[in-house]
Amino acid sequence: MRNVLAIAGKELRGYFASPIGYVLVGFYALLFGWFFYTLVAFFDRQSMQMMGGPGGSLNVNQMLISPLLMNATVIMLLVFPLITMRTYAEEKRSGTIELLLTSPITDFEIIMGKFLGALALFAAMLAVTLVHMGVLFMFGTPEWKPIATGYLGLLLMGGSFLSLGLFISSLTRNQIVAGMITFSVFLLLWVINWVSTFVGPTAQTILGYLSITEHFDDFAKGIIDTKHVVYYLSFIAMGLFLTMKSVDSERWRG
Amino acid sequence: MIEVDHLSKRYGPVTAVDDVSFRVESGQILGFLGPNGAGKTTTMRILTGYMPATSGRATVAGYDVFEQPLEAKKRTGYLPETPPLYPDMTVREYLTFVAKIKGLRANIKDRVDAVMKRTWVADMADRHCAKLSKGYKQRVGLAQAIIHNPDVLVLDEPTAGLDPKQIIETRQLIRELAGTHTIVLSTHILPEVSQTCQRVVIINKGRVVAEDSPENLTHRMHGAATVIVQTDGPPAEAEAALRNVQGVTGVRTDPQAAALPTFEVDSERGADVRRELAAAIVTRGWGLTELRPLRLSLEDIFLTVTTEETGEAAAAVEEEVANA
Repeated sequence: MRNVLAIAGKELRGYFASPIGYVLVGFYALLFGWFFYTLVAFFDRQSMQMMGGPGGSLNVNQMLISPLLMNATVIMLLVFPLITMRTYAEEKRSGTIELLLTSPITDFEIIMGKFLGALALFAAMLAVTLVHMGVLFMFGTPEWKPIATGYLGLLLMGGSFLSLGLFISSLTRNQIVAGMITFSVFLLLWVINWVSTFVGPTAQTILGYLSITEHFDDFAKGIIDTKHVVYYLSFIAMGLFLTMKSVDSERWRG
Repeated sequence: MIEVDHLSKRYGPVTAVDDVSFRVESGQILGFLGPNGAGKTTTMRILTGYMPATSGRATVAGYDVFEQPLEAKKRTGYLPETPPLYPDMTVREYLTFVAKIKGLRANIKDRVDAVMKRTWVADMADRHCAKLSKGYKQRVGLAQAIIHNPDVLVLDEPTAGLDPKQIIETRQLIRELAGTHTIVLSTHILPEVSQTCQRVVIINKGRVVAEDSPENLTHRMHGAATVIVQTDGPPAEAEAALRNVQGVTGVRTDPQAAALPTFEVDSERGADVRRELAAAIVTRGWGLTELRPLRLSLEDIFLTVTTEETGEAAAAVEEEVANA
């Protein structure tokens, strides 16, 4: 466990010792802030129109926070390949992989450390968005529980993407190749259920299960369904497992 | 301390290391000499657990590097060809990180300070690794290899790319580390081996072609056993004159000789008869147009594995020898 933390700490320090961490967190905040602003403005106008009419006030959670978190996942799609593309590719290019692989630590500890380091960076990115949520609490009365489940969902979905990105990064020593493949695979997983309307009911169900976004919907609505938790956790486990196999096979091929 | 037993490594059809065996006793320095692409790095990578061998086995401090990799790695320090530095970390941060993943738990700060002092990088402690000169990078690489005080040090071309002063300092440091550490170092510079190592393994095209002490090897190299002599004197008389020189065991006429008669003169092992041969020709009034030792097959190998040191480096080394 100490080794895992040492690696995770190194990864996290690596992000913030260079501009990478600050740029990622900063621009994530910028994009999130823009989505926040547009949704608040929209919500504001809707509320004005509803005032005086029947039905009372609008639900902040449903009308604002849930779509905001959905938008946040789109940023993830674009930003995560940038986080993971360097994790292994960079170590291979600079030769530091020789240090890691000849140290008395297991492959699993290395991979777990890298995964947790990247997840911690994502958590830092999410932490900034808590400011926006704080604003909502200052001027409104949103429910905190759906927000908490939404963030949990974001972390799980982020973890899934990161584990997959880690695997793809372990396949190549070229960062651009790693980045492009990662982005393509993410996007495919994103839109895989778009064809569900014309492929028949069985395929529709299967594609629905595979789609990484469909499992997020319930989290955004404030529901923790074990089905979705299991999906994300097994996705993460598979990503880490594949990374381990990839690193191991790299050893044999030399 | 290190035992390598019939080690082979194949990449598909290419055999990088072919049935290599050697052993290093505790406290010794073994020089691993060979041209680029001979299999030095591959052997070292197997020894350090970076990659598995195709067949054969290797043990470090009694632990099989494949069966008990963690135990073996705990006792091994490794400096790869390019020092594995993280450019964004300062030297101190880097060494602290390495200390952690090498399994040090207590007194990491003291250990890092001590090692930085030992490898003369303390003055760069808070500089980023990316900003270090080549010499400092190499020394930080050496520092990370010894940070956990391993029994065995594996150094892949530790002096490559250093300036003469740094080469001398690094060799000095390596000699100091021997005794408490068992060291395997690779190089393609012959003088480096004779100055630092107690044993030499010459490897070429993946195979061990010679294993001995540097003195014996050098002796076998420089004891010119066959000398080529070319003269413009009369062939028969010249041959007779050469035959009469003390220590000469045989004279052959070179069939491929051009216009002038050329002889291959064999002499007793260890006896250098070149001076006498020259005198035999010149005192008779003939012209000596060529006199050179015929290279032995081992010397051929040595030539391919040996790169000349630059004049500057050689001068510095000589100076070092004179001062010693």
